[in-house]
Amino acid sequence: MSVPLEHDYIGLSEASPSMEGSERSSGGLNLKATELRLGLPGSGSPERENGVVAEDRAGYPLGMLKSLLVVSGAKRGFSDAIDGGSGKWVFSGSGGSEAELGKGGNLFSPRGVNGSGKGGLGGGSECANQNPGLGVPVLKDGVVPQSPKPLQEKKSQLSAPAAKAQVVGWPPIRSFRKNSMASHPPKNDDDSEGKFGSGCLYVKVSMDGAPYLRKVDLKNYGSYRELSSALEKMFSCFTIGQCGSHGVPSRDGLSESRLMDLLHGSEYVLTYEDKDGDWMLVGDVPWEMFTYSCKRMRIMKSSEAIGLAPRAMEKCKSRN
Amino acid sequence: MPRMGYSFPEEVLEHVFSFIQSDEDRNAISAVCRSWHDIERWSRRRVFVGNCYAISPKMVIRRFPEVRSIELKGKPHFADFNLVPEDWGGYVAPWISAMASAYPWLEEIRLKRMVITDESLELISKSFKNFKVLVLSSCEGFSTEGLAAIAANCRNLRELDLGESEVEDLSGHWLSHFPDNYTSLVSLNIACLGCEVSFSALERLVGRCPNLRTLRLNRAVPLDKLANLLCRAPQLVELGTGAYSSELRPDLFSNLSGAFSGCKELKSLSGFWDVVPGYLPAVYPICSKLTSLNLSYATIQSPELIKLVSQCQNLQRLWVLDYIEDAGLVALAASCKDLRELRVFPSDPFGPEPNVGLTEQGLVSVSEGCPKLQSVLYFCRQMSNAALITIARNRPNMTRFRLCIIEPQAPDYLTLQPLDVGFGAIVEHCKDLRRLSLSGLLTDRVFQYIGTHAKKLEMLSVAFAGESDLGLHHILSGCENLRKLEIRDCPFGDKALLANAAKLETMRSLWMSSCSVSFGACKLLGQKMPGLNVEVIDERSPPDSRPESCPIEKLYIYRTVSGPRFDMPGFVWTMAENPALRLS
Repeated sequence: MSVPLEHDYIGLSEASPSMEGSERSSGGLNLKATELRLGLPGSGSPERENGVVAEDRAGYPLGMLKSLLVVSGAKRGFSDAIDGGSGKWVFSGSGGSEAELGKGGNLFSPRGVNGSGKGGLGGGSECANQNPGLGVPVLKDGVVPQSPKPLQEKKSQLSAPAAKAQVVGWPPIRSFRKNSMASHPPKNDDDSEGKFGSGCLYVKVSMDGAPYLRKVDLKNYGSYRELSSALEKMFSCFTIGQCGSHGVPSRDGLSESRLMDLLHGSEYVLTYEDKDGDWMLVGDVPWEMFTYSCKRMRIMKSSEAIGLAPRAMEKCKSRN
Repeated sequence: MPRMGYSFPEEVLEHVFSFIQSDEDRNAISAVCRSWHDIERWSRRRVFVGNCYAISPKMVIRRFPEVRSIELKGKPHFADFNLVPEDWGGYVAPWISAMASAYPWLEEIRLKRMVITDESLELISKSFKNFKVLVLSSCEGFSTEGLAAIAANCRNLRELDLGESEVEDLSGHWLSHFPDNYTSLVSLNIACLGCEVSFSALERLVGRCPNLRTLRLNRAVPLDKLANLLCRAPQLVELGTGAYSSELRPDLFSNLSGAFSGCKELKSLSGFWDVVPGYLPAVYPICSKLTSLNLSYATIQSPELIKLVSQCQNLQRLWVLDYIEDAGLVALAASCKDLRELRVFPSDPFGPEPNVGLTEQGLVSVSEGCPKLQSVLYFCRQMSNAALITIARNRPNMTRFRLCIIEPQAPDYLTLQPLDVGFGAIVEHCKDLRRLSLSGLLTDRVFQYIGTHAKKLEMLSVAFAGESDLGLHHILSGCENLRKLEIRDCPFGDKALLANAAKLETMRSLWMSSCSVSFGACKLLGQKMPGLNVEVIDERSPPDSRPESCPIEKLYIYRTVSGPRFDMPGFVWTMAENPALRLS
């Protein structure tokens, strides 16, 4: 894991950052002063004639962002917020900078702030909804770290978490470790997925005909209904006939209900593989028993699912 | 043109170069002149590709035709924590098929976070006659069938290490595929396998391989079989036990203890699933020789841990659960003066309340008592600036410091202040710090400290921290040696990213998820920076179905010389140079 230190034998080290600037200005971005400029300090910016590099934060970021913001039209607003003399950033927290940015800066709409989206219509509401059904919840209780926001406010929001929300991937512990620390040691388990970890229970869900599969945490749901609606949202884009070249839904708004129709109709059924390796229909056993025994799920075509239902009931009886 | 290239015959230069192993040095050599470049490229035997998408197999093969050992890494680090969706990528198949024809003498393949199929494993086993080393770290996509092919066909195999890979266990019989006349095994790590392997095959294998030095068993190997295995391999240097539990039986205990005593070379122990404390004394005879001890799956309490650890005076590395508690860490600090690396994992990470007496004090004690401590991974539930400052002052030789305070945005529990000053002290005192992971309540100030002081920092992990783009800007503009940056749930948006776009080409990769980067900014970056792949990952719907100012879910940016990749799933979009080429 250790990385050898760079040895600059003849001044030709591989990726020395201080070299970047001069290389860049000779080669590439030779844009006019008013155009968008991206590059290290010293690479042609009018404010930095003498090319002082990164240590000096005083003027450099100001220069870069000013030229950036010429494009977005919020230059005046931004420089008002910055104490140009001392070069210090004056990000007060909420009020000042947000208001300035709101003026016309459409590149930087902080999450959850309405109305500053480009094009306006629908921008606010779409941006504000940061909690897609399953996919990637940020914090389940709806708190999303905002850009400028006073520290106090943030703290008070977070000091009152009622139920402990499960945040994806936090604390950062590898799946192998989570699964190994299971309260139930594996009996004859081959699949290290979806073991009964004390906090999450990831199982893979595949769907016949879908280009890729998903993982869901069964602990996020309390009932079959919740699970089924989450799966509908996740896989709605795969319903046959609705997919584009990448399997994403066309925007006709019908895709979500389509899967529900398909599931409740006869085209697809939801099945799962249990700890014994048998495939069963989802829904036949009590929810808790299901989460305990489910190793993975498959949304399969009804034609292939014939004969599953009776076995589920038999197994349930033989267990008790 | 330099004439010195002609003053030595090629063979002499080649001989000289053969002593130079480090990639950095070899890169420097190849920049001297054309002739050195050529000699060097023909003599390079080992290649490391830190991001498999940074370059194509063809380019590697073209430049280095005589490679014997290759190491590839695939998915970003946050994939370990389920932040990277399934099927994102990291497929090794194109590499294997290219190398199968180009490198018939390939001996070693090391993969990390990649997807490898049984077909690829079979291709490996049949294409490389002198194949010796296969290391699969946190990989997936294969089953025991693929392992059977490796066992059956690789006559010269020395090392088979499955790391913490996800293997589909179809049968334990793959081990029997090692032929009876196969005796060259040196290292076997199957700890991640779920099902039982054929035990008699294992015993015979261990018995006939006199050079076996490393054996890491899986949980399914019962304790009563361990003694037998050890007796067949008393030359073992590294051992991972299986489940360390059984009913207490004196005969079993004495066999086990005798077997351990017979292993005079044993320096590293791991495994210890389901520990029954009564059997721990069986390892006491060898404790004083141990340099590495992994008890991170051992659910034993502090008193037993203290008894064990106090006997390991030569310990350099300890991985343990927080059952060790502060008291155990004090004992560790008193006994193990050679300790270099400590990792303390949480026994109950999802419980709302602390379940053990482990606090910041434990880490402070170790930092005081262990002068060689350089690498720390510590999960705890409370931290203070004072403790961090003390740790920093005690251990300026720290090179890796990863602290995970379990509650996101937890403040200094004594003062309720952010932990900016504490982490600031870490970066200020530990001038050789190469890796840092932050946690707790942090404002933009901590990033100012990091940008100012952490000049050797190569990898930084940030979660639930910062207040504005200024934070990100400090990191990108200040950390000169930064190679990998991974960020989740921070209020960083477009400004800092765009202002420091050129910096991204000096790094291996940047990951940002649940931040405030807009789709528009991603597009801009993709257009302006042809040397980067700007991957937008969004499982909700295509990002261009929303206004450009909307934040995207996840962003993975990495430098590459081979352009956008072609194996992306439907929820990943690469922002291309030419907008017309962009898939939508």
